[in-house]
Amino acid sequence: MTPLSVNGKPVSVDAEADTPLLWVLRDFLDMTGTKFGCGMALCGACTVHVDGKPVRSCQTPLSAVTGRRITTIEGIGFFKVGRTVQAAWVAENVPQCGYCQSGQVMSATALLNANKDPSDAQIDAAMAGNICRCATYPRIRAAIKRAAKGLA
Amino acid sequence: MITNVSRRDFIKASGALVLAVAFPPVRGQSASLEANAFVRIGPDNTVTVIVKHLEMGQGTHTGLPTLVAEELDADWSQIRVEGAPADAKRYNNLFWGEAQGTGGSTALANSYEQLRKAGASARLMLVGAAAERWNVPRSEITVSKGVVEHRKSRKKAKFGELAADAATQVVPVDVPLKDPKDFVYIGTASLPRTDARDKSNGSAKFTQDIKLPGMLTAVVLHPPRFGAKLKSFDGAKAQQIAGVQAVVAFTTPARTGVAVLAKDYWTAKKGRDALVAEWDESSALRLGSAEIMAEYKRLAVTPGTVALKEGDAEGALRGAAKTLEAAYEFPYLAHASMEPMNCVVSLKSDGCEIWNGEQFQTVDQAMVAQMLDFKPDQVKLNMLFAGGSFGRRANPQSDFILEAVAIAKAINGNAPVKLVWGREDDMRAGYYRPMYYHALEAGLDAQGEITAWRHTIVGQSILAGTAFEPMMVKNGVDATSVEGASNLPYAIPNRLVELHSPKVGVPVQWWRSVGSTHTAFATECFLDEIARATNKDPLALRRALLAKHPRHSAVLELAAKQAGWGKPLGKDRSRGIAVHESFGTFVAQVVELSRRKDAIHIERVVCAVDCGVAVNPQIVAMQMESGIGYGLSAALAGAITLKDGVVEQSNFHDYPVVRINQMPKIEVHIVPSADKPSGVGEPATPVIAPALANAILALNAKPVRALPLSTQGIAIA
Repeated sequence: MTPLSVNGKPVSVDAEADTPLLWVLRDFLDMTGTKFGCGMALCGACTVHVDGKPVRSCQTPLSAVTGRRITTIEGIGFFKVGRTVQAAWVAENVPQCGYCQSGQVMSATALLNANKDPSDAQIDAAMAGNICRCATYPRIRAAIKRAAKGLA
Repeated sequence: MITNVSRRDFIKASGALVLAVAFPPVRGQSASLEANAFVRIGPDNTVTVIVKHLEMGQGTHTGLPTLVAEELDADWSQIRVEGAPADAKRYNNLFWGEAQGTGGSTALANSYEQLRKAGASARLMLVGAAAERWNVPRSEITVSKGVVEHRKSRKKAKFGELAADAATQVVPVDVPLKDPKDFVYIGTASLPRTDARDKSNGSAKFTQDIKLPGMLTAVVLHPPRFGAKLKSFDGAKAQQIAGVQAVVAFTTPARTGVAVLAKDYWTAKKGRDALVAEWDESSALRLGSAEIMAEYKRLAVTPGTVALKEGDAEGALRGAAKTLEAAYEFPYLAHASMEPMNCVVSLKSDGCEIWNGEQFQTVDQAMVAQMLDFKPDQVKLNMLFAGGSFGRRANPQSDFILEAVAIAKAINGNAPVKLVWGREDDMRAGYYRPMYYHALEAGLDAQGEITAWRHTIVGQSILAGTAFEPMMVKNGVDATSVEGASNLPYAIPNRLVELHSPKVGVPVQWWRSVGSTHTAFATECFLDEIARATNKDPLALRRALLAKHPRHSAVLELAAKQAGWGKPLGKDRSRGIAVHESFGTFVAQVVELSRRKDAIHIERVVCAVDCGVAVNPQIVAMQMESGIGYGLSAALAGAITLKDGVVEQSNFHDYPVVRINQMPKIEVHIVPSADKPSGVGEPATPVIAPALANAILALNAKPVRALPLSTQGIAIA
């Protein structure tokens, strides 16, 4: 059994050490908010925070996160920035199919944690790893700006 | 979930009001429309709208409830949404006869009257119940924002308080609808999407998120080439991996393969990666994209099947003062929705239950029933959110659904099965937008007016061999191959459109906006080439040729005006324009470009749309943005290519799609309209590529003759 800290709670999982964190969350902890999109860290749908930094959980083996602080879409709303980002997502009607949005919210929250007032270019740079096939990008930009204002 | 309990039983059970609304036959539609159930009002004051169409991003879970809320005079906050079960009698797509499914940008359009009537009927029953309870005339009762009121006697009730009584009211048959001037929701931009919150906090449920007791995840090995058949496999190494529960072969009409099952994806994937298989490739496709295109070019100069003949195009071409020619090439395209294809199946001896981003209920039910030797009603379909589809989840062969069923069958239904394709499986499984080759020739008179238009299209038929062939392939012409070309709106006297539909062996399917994905590009780019050759302004030329098409003209003029068409641009800047109708919706776009150091930059896209009544203007704008982004991905770098029959792409590194840094600024302008609403999910997609290519022509003085732009040495940043 491998001990983990997920959204502030200690948990332990009986998974092989090479199992990506994505599948640990989804299949062993039944936390399905984090999504599988590509399996190669190309699309960002699986983005979670490890020690506050955004990582692609599909390329992060369980062995690499033991003892580290993991935050997922299910827990990001406990934090002011995450909660504000989620509220901005709703206010700007961002989601369409919605499948990528957990990852988008996690990347946007990480951006605003690091930079309270990102420029357009900084938003693009921070969010370029997150694909949205519905192309909700204009509304993602607007929502990040709305959240930044709300946090100012 | 709505079931066939009698109303009285239902009330006893839940205290809720379920309205089974009986509709009179609607002109031009199936006469066998029976009772439908779309509205449930609970004692807790919630109004649940049963939505018969898949929510795949396009907004059905907001647009359809808007129609109910409007006529019911509900408060938006009390609206809840539930996906309808498979029931082609109650929940059919009214544009498709007795078939249930979502596609062709029809969800809101076919529901417009049906769901308004459902809401209006419910409202009448609430009013009737209130009138009886308060002993006042119905005509003195008003309803607003979820409150039923009799002002004179100062009596008020919420819907929930009246639900049980209302359930005993006679179901009104002929219900009057609101005068559009009284709309409070339809046409307002401020309604939040009903699914926005759950899709922002990870709680929205997709097929990928279903977990049933004892469920096994199946990861599959597909054949390396289309048409290859499994000869033998060795699952010993896979079986040795701890946690692998079963290794089975499967066969569906779409393909054969091997599945490895385990309690979790990662274990099953490791098992799959350890499989050794031998394939019979005697009837497999071995062609490459270059060879297919060479064959298409050869076919294009031979006579094809006539899709449209008006006047004498060939005679007019012979007599023309000048002729112009151009040909355009289009690759295969993958849908590449964010959620790779997947499906959950629970198979029992007396029935089969499926959880899926369900887009094609009637087809899928029939196909699954056939495979299992069941009756269709023994197949229960649960419609979940789809993480995108763009057409892919409505597969005429139910390919991935049958794959899940076949795997469940191969383990004798011993456990529920969740089939999960990896991105690579999804991208290499076929069912692409077909490759196409378009050859066009125009004849001009001495004044430069277009007197003849000959258009030859070569590419696989999407519908051939499917259940839709009898309906949509007429005289050898697949309507989806020529839509947008054979109904070209321009006033050109002599026109000929010919089609070649070679059989290639690559599975193909509709892809967001279907035929228009290529016909809009070929026709709109060729028109700009003609404008350039005759020193005409592209807007002025279109304006002159569209005099008899007011809706095309209106979007064209609106986009041009908002984009400042004709105003001088600085050096190294340009504009391009295109207009196209698809699925009854008219879209024009202007792309403004600037040349930067190493690449061309899209300064902005101005989009004008006429979709009739814009029920949810914000969703209309979202769908224009979405369609533009989707079309732009294909225009910039989207291509599935074959080499010796093997698909060369596998994931987003070699099938790049538009990311946020490539997404242009988009302005959407909606033409005010009182016409019946038409769909918005697809019609923005076909317009962006020609508008962009026409701007590139203006910038570089060189036409774009093949997509994607990345193959033409054109980089957009």
